Amino acid sequence: MTAVAERPAAPAAPEPPPTAQQQQRDPVRRTGVLLAAILGIWALGWALFKGTATLPLGRATLTDFQRSLNDLRDAFDAARDSNFFLETVVGGASDGLEALVTAAQNLLSQPAFPRPVPEIGWLGVLAVAAWIAYALAGVRSTILVVVSFLAFGVFGFWTESIDLLIITFTAVLISVAVGIPLAIAMARSRTVTTVVTPVLDVMQTMPSFVYLLPLVLLFSIGPSAAVVATLIYALPPVVRITAHGLRTVAPSTIEATTSMGSTRAQLLRKVQLPMAKQTIIVGVNQTMMAALSIATIAALIDGPGLGEPVIEALQTLDIGTAFVSGLCIVIIAIMLDRTTTAASERAEAERRTAVHDPRRRRAALIGGGVVAAVAVYLSRSYLWAADPDTLPDLGRPLADAVGSATEWFTDTFGQLTGAIKDGFTYGLLNPFQSLLADSPWWLVAAALLAVAFLIGGWRPALTTAVCLAVIFGVGLWQDSMVTLGMTLVATVLVMFLAVVFGVWMGRSKRADTALRPLLDAGQTIPPFVYLVPALALFGPSRFTAIVAAIVYAGPAAIKLVADGIRGVAPTTVEAARSAGSSTFQIITKVQLPMARGALVLASNQGLLYVLSMVVIGGLVGGGALGYTVVSGFSQAQLFGKGLAAGIAIVALGIMLDRITQHAAARQGRR
Amino acid sequence: MSTHALPVAAATVEDDVSARIARLDEARRTPLLHVDGLWKVFGAKSDRIIGTPDADLSRRELMAKTGCVVAVKDVSFDVAPGEVFVVMGLSGSGKSTLVRCLTRLIEPTAGQVTVAGQDITSATDAQLRDLRRKHVAMVFQHFGLLPHRRVIDNVAYGLEIRGDGKAARRERAQEMVDLVGLSGNENSYPDQLSGGMQQRVGLARALAVDPSVLLFDEPFSALDPLIRRDMQNEVIRLHHEVGKTMVFITHDLAEALKLGDRILIMRDGAMVQVGRPDEVVGAPADDYVRDFVSDVPRSHVLTLRWVMRDPRPEESLEGPVMGPDTVVKNAAHRVLASAHPARVVAGDQLLGVVDREDILRVIVAEESP
Repeated sequence: MTAVAERPAAPAAPEPPPTAQQQQRDPVRRTGVLLAAILGIWALGWALFKGTATLPLGRATLTDFQRSLNDLRDAFDAARDSNFFLETVVGGASDGLEALVTAAQNLLSQPAFPRPVPEIGWLGVLAVAAWIAYALAGVRSTILVVVSFLAFGVFGFWTESIDLLIITFTAVLISVAVGIPLAIAMARSRTVTTVVTPVLDVMQTMPSFVYLLPLVLLFSIGPSAAVVATLIYALPPVVRITAHGLRTVAPSTIEATTSMGSTRAQLLRKVQLPMAKQTIIVGVNQTMMAALSIATIAALIDGPGLGEPVIEALQTLDIGTAFVSGLCIVIIAIMLDRTTTAASERAEAERRTAVHDPRRRRAALIGGGVVAAVAVYLSRSYLWAADPDTLPDLGRPLADAVGSATEWFTDTFGQLTGAIKDGFTYGLLNPFQSLLADSPWWLVAAALLAVAFLIGGWRPALTTAVCLAVIFGVGLWQDSMVTLGMTLVATVLVMFLAVVFGVWMGRSKRADTALRPLLDAGQTIPPFVYLVPALALFGPSRFTAIVAAIVYAGPAAIKLVADGIRGVAPTTVEAARSAGSSTFQIITKVQLPMARGALVLASNQGLLYVLSMVVIGGLVGGGALGYTVVSGFSQAQLFGKGLAAGIAIVALGIMLDRITQHAAARQGRR
Repeated sequence: MSTHALPVAAATVEDDVSARIARLDEARRTPLLHVDGLWKVFGAKSDRIIGTPDADLSRRELMAKTGCVVAVKDVSFDVAPGEVFVVMGLSGSGKSTLVRCLTRLIEPTAGQVTVAGQDITSATDAQLRDLRRKHVAMVFQHFGLLPHRRVIDNVAYGLEIRGDGKAARRERAQEMVDLVGLSGNENSYPDQLSGGMQQRVGLARALAVDPSVLLFDEPFSALDPLIRRDMQNEVIRLHHEVGKTMVFITHDLAEALKLGDRILIMRDGAMVQVGRPDEVVGAPADDYVRDFVSDVPRSHVLTLRWVMRDPRPEESLEGPVMGPDTVVKNAAHRVLASAHPARVVAGDQLLGVVDREDILRVIVAEESP
């Protein structure tokens, strides 16, 4: 069968050269035929060899390699007090970060011994936060901050919320302090850019979940590991966006100011930084949102904050508590996002309106400062102003209400959601998963290599070979295939949604205006939180993880497709319409083909988002690699296996990323 | 009355023109800007081409052979203090590269540039910065203003970076804003101004540092035709008021003829011709320049020097007296009104005569080419 299908690909010398049209259409069609052929052979092999050589591994079983990772961990633990690097460098950094976080906690959130409450109680913290919001962002943000902080208190998650903010801000401050100078160096030197960019790429494409485990090796568990994990994930946006902002300062302006004799320092201080200011604030905003999402997940390595109650509630299926603590995370996300956005917009608007009266503003700031100081004083002197438990408790009633609502929902619609879940699981997920996980490993590997070569070329095929070898080597072949299957199925669904909604938004201004804020909001919320409603609806299962992944990856993919559709030249669409095309014809024959690059990019992003979420889905019954990683956190003897699973996830991620990236590059060339 | 008053005024202008030409010719012996054998070659190992036979290849041949592009090819010229020197060429002729080589915004490959006796090509970074801060200022096609600064702060930028005090630079900047006619807009931001006004800011910024040389890189190409004309007149006015030496890059021949004391025409990086406007139009160096200037209304550019002839023996020598640098258009009225041929006189020497037919030949020729 292959022979027949591949024959057209072989160079046939005597044939006349194909016409231009044939040349354009042939590769696409041929790829389709070949893909179908590969799938056919695969299915045939599956039918013949099903269940053999699938390389399964029992839950509590460890391979030699995984045991050696355990030994590695033990060696690290033993060396922590004797090895110079671990003791002085890592230990020093770890102690410093821990001291910083503890100091902030004593000040703001945790009882500061011998006091039964922090140095500054809730009223003082709230007032100071409100005052900062007023100074940086304006009145609206101040109200938002006050309401958010009150919500932390009345929902009963004050301490956890403030802890999460502490971890987030510590990481953001370090990111900015390191990131902006790095970005300046990148904007100035091509060499630095060449060196740093691939590092940032790796930092960003790796599913966030994964580098928690290696960090445990170095930093053990606790706040400092949480800060470092957050830092790693949060650093890339501010570096990238700042460097981009600096580099896109109009060259004519640079030239003009150079021609006047500016030094490099003057150029940076008076021209580049001010002109890139807004972009830089966008970078800080992105960094902050990224930091928040990881700071939440860092609860898995004992990072303080709201992640802890969420994980605990997820694992005990306490939907009510998970909902309330998840809601607090959402509130923090919205608060941070809106406040930083408002801050950047205000900086711009203030500059514009020359009529602004600085004296009035200064008076308001001083007044606010006095109020904040009084609030701090009160919160140090009176228990009611210090202990958030004195606030009315809405959290418990809300949790109970949500709990019983969920119960009612599952009682009433349980059959429906169950039917959806089963239909999907048996109709789509299981067959596909079986194809991947129940086929012999050599068959799957061969098929994946062929696919990679076909849609990406020999380079991604090579990467795929290496990645598959790694997966094989760490001893988690079958689990990896299950995760891959879930990822692919979820991505197909994401792409389906992306095309439907993306086309709609790309064609209708109104749809875009209505949906885009929702999608933007969806992207600011830490992915973790999506597990809660998915779990409420479908209970713990693989399907739940897939639902959460779709919800998480959907917005990014939809926006990319919508932008791609919108980017199709209006004149081309007009020409197609004037030629008498129907709407459906315009979509299928003009807009989607012309937006092919955006579609491929959307599937690349979709895959990576889905992968990272499917893994986190290990917390809600997603099983496979995600579960293995989670159990690696919680059970010491499974650490090595968890770390091996992390490596397998990275291999999967790199493989999927490379294949789709090269496919996208090919599309671009076409 | 008016017919009587006009010749007097015209004569003064003519004398001015002749005197100016003579003064600039004299001043060019000690040029303010001296450019000698300037080359700019883009590409790898570009410095190895100059001095080899490859340097004589055409641009396309060199590109094919070495992968290098010659942007400026062995250009030399002198600019006198107070002169307006226009460099003209089509896009890709290397004129913008040339002007950037003058202050080493682009590093020249070979050759020498001297400003007021200081060798720019061997200057250190600090010397170069000093030169850019005090002696040479530039106006750009796309303005290059700082969008985050108000007009007044944009104008003061050059003063700020060289360390002038705040009060002093404020005052100077305000003067400049007034000079270019932007009074009342000093607190606006650049993007609140029209293109023409933005370029006035660019002009004010360049003038603020009181440079001895002003460089203009196609400053008005991005503007509408009417605004462009206003701005050209503005430059002429400013030149009268501040008398700066100017090097002006343009691709617009009309602009070049209007502004320039002398014009350098470039093609593919090389000099084709240098001369006064009337020389370029009256005696094009080659077919390229001839083709270039073929659409120019010759009567607006050519002077009597180009149309006069020796008096015929029987001719009357009682006609009006005019200078050799009077533009034909300006002389036409009086020559046509006079019964006798006009005498072209420099000092007390009779250079030639011009009669109605000579004038009409110029004017008719341009109407039916």
